Amino acid sequence: MALYVALCYYDRDRYWDEPPETEFSPEYTEFARRATEAGVMRGGEALHPVTMSTTITVSGGRGGDVMLTDGPYAEAKEVLAGYFVLETADLDEAVAWAVQIPAAWRGKIELRPIAPHHA
Amino acid sequence: MDASAALVKVLREEGPRVLAALVRQLGDLPVAEDALSEASIAALGAWPASGIPDNPRAWLTVVARRKALDLLRRESARTDKETAAFRWGTERAKDEIEEVIDAMETESELRDDMLRLIFTCCHPALSREAQVALALRTLARLEVDAIARAFLVPEPTMAKRLVRARSKIATAHIPYVIPSDAQLPERLAAVLAVVYLIATEAHAPTGGNAVARVDLEAEAVRLARLLVELMPDEPEALSLLALLLFTSARTPARSDVQGHVVTLADQDRGRWNRHAIAEGSRWLSRAVILSGGPAGLYQLQAHLAAAHSTATSWSETDWDRIIGLYDLLGSAGANPVVALNRAVAVTERDGPEHGLAALEAIVGLELSHLWHAALADNLRRLGRTAEAAGELETAASLAPTEGERRLLLSRLLDVRPEPT
Repeated sequence: MALYVALCYYDRDRYWDEPPETEFSPEYTEFARRATEAGVMRGGEALHPVTMSTTITVSGGRGGDVMLTDGPYAEAKEVLAGYFVLETADLDEAVAWAVQIPAAWRGKIELRPIAPHHA
Repeated sequence: MDASAALVKVLREEGPRVLAALVRQLGDLPVAEDALSEASIAALGAWPASGIPDNPRAWLTVVARRKALDLLRRESARTDKETAAFRWGTERAKDEIEEVIDAMETESELRDDMLRLIFTCCHPALSREAQVALALRTLARLEVDAIARAFLVPEPTMAKRLVRARSKIATAHIPYVIPSDAQLPERLAAVLAVVYLIATEAHAPTGGNAVARVDLEAEAVRLARLLVELMPDEPEALSLLALLLFTSARTPARSDVQGHVVTLADQDRGRWNRHAIAEGSRWLSRAVILSGGPAGLYQLQAHLAAAHSTATSWSETDWDRIIGLYDLLGSAGANPVVALNRAVAVTERDGPEHGLAALEAIVGLELSHLWHAALADNLRRLGRTAEAAGELETAASLAPTEGERRLLLSRLLDVRPEPT
């Protein structure tokens, strides 16, 4: 089995007008229910808009100067709106689930394999 | 063929099959590739003295499996490798005969393994560039430096591209499976596109000098043949093989003794490979019988190539048929290159006024040397030599290769008015 995070991206302007956690809530709830029933869902959350974000950098190595910036690091056209963690047999199966996430047609999904955690 | 050439041929023929079975057993393409490379080196060391074994595939499989086991043990610090090594390590030690019997797969197992390997290398989650590189390395067994030369990139760039592609297959868990019936048309199209791309790269090298490059055209034909062998009832695979045979049949006539480019209209048709054309015709007939419904895009292109290949001369070409085929190709979606080729046929059938009008209606080829050269041809035939010269100059400045630039400049001498 393999773990993936399905990162849900929205067009910045569209996301501003229609935050997914309000507008599309029923669709997301429905997807989450089906994925959970199938044993594929390993977690996932909607995120607040990027205007609520704080970007952090530490310069000069560990313990160096902390700099906080309001908002995201770059003026990206697309913003991360939420994510799902999916566990499937392989990429084809993960894609088959990802195409059912509303962001797939309202924005786009990036399916990224999760690196195993070494204790 | 000398002994070492025969040996290399066996390695290239059997290599992909050995690899395909090994990947299924290991579930790890990079390890399987490394193991096969080591087994091939071992064969190059052993076979010149011992002779090529009766069953070179079994020999290579046994050696590659042992090498793979060594590799997995060496790399067992990596967790996902540990599981595989464990699986291998717990197997009872086998004697050599058992091992050889194990290595012999049935034809249908082998066919499935090859298909799995092909569809994995051309999985849509890989970039087209990566798919092409994998097809040439993993399926055609070309060396990395040869592939790099063929695509005019530095060897480390190509090596990195291959490493990244293989590691994506492993890390993203791209499955080693044959696509389901529902997925097959789309996935097969991706495989055919990779082979087609390799062939077009051979015909239109993206710059530089074509000398000293590997014969990508022959590699594309080999890959298309492999696809037909594995999927003998897929009309588009048959059509692609036919298309590549028709176009490769013309290669001997595509340049003259000085190495200058010769266009289709001026080629010495006596130098075309008649065997390849006959073979292409047979595959195309089979594709037509099997396709049942409307012809696919490769089938239409194969019919076009066949119409040229079976014409006795440029002027005797069946332009009606060719224009009809371009209309069918164009109906699949507006494509300026199809429109350009159709316009060339219109010139031949209806004359330069009509050809010129068809060319001028095309949008999007302003940077194509072929479009400017076709405009020049029609203008020249209409006696508008000054305009023809202008178009040829533009065409020459846009030509992607030195050979094509030279050809266009030589035409310029024919139309340019004598210097005063």
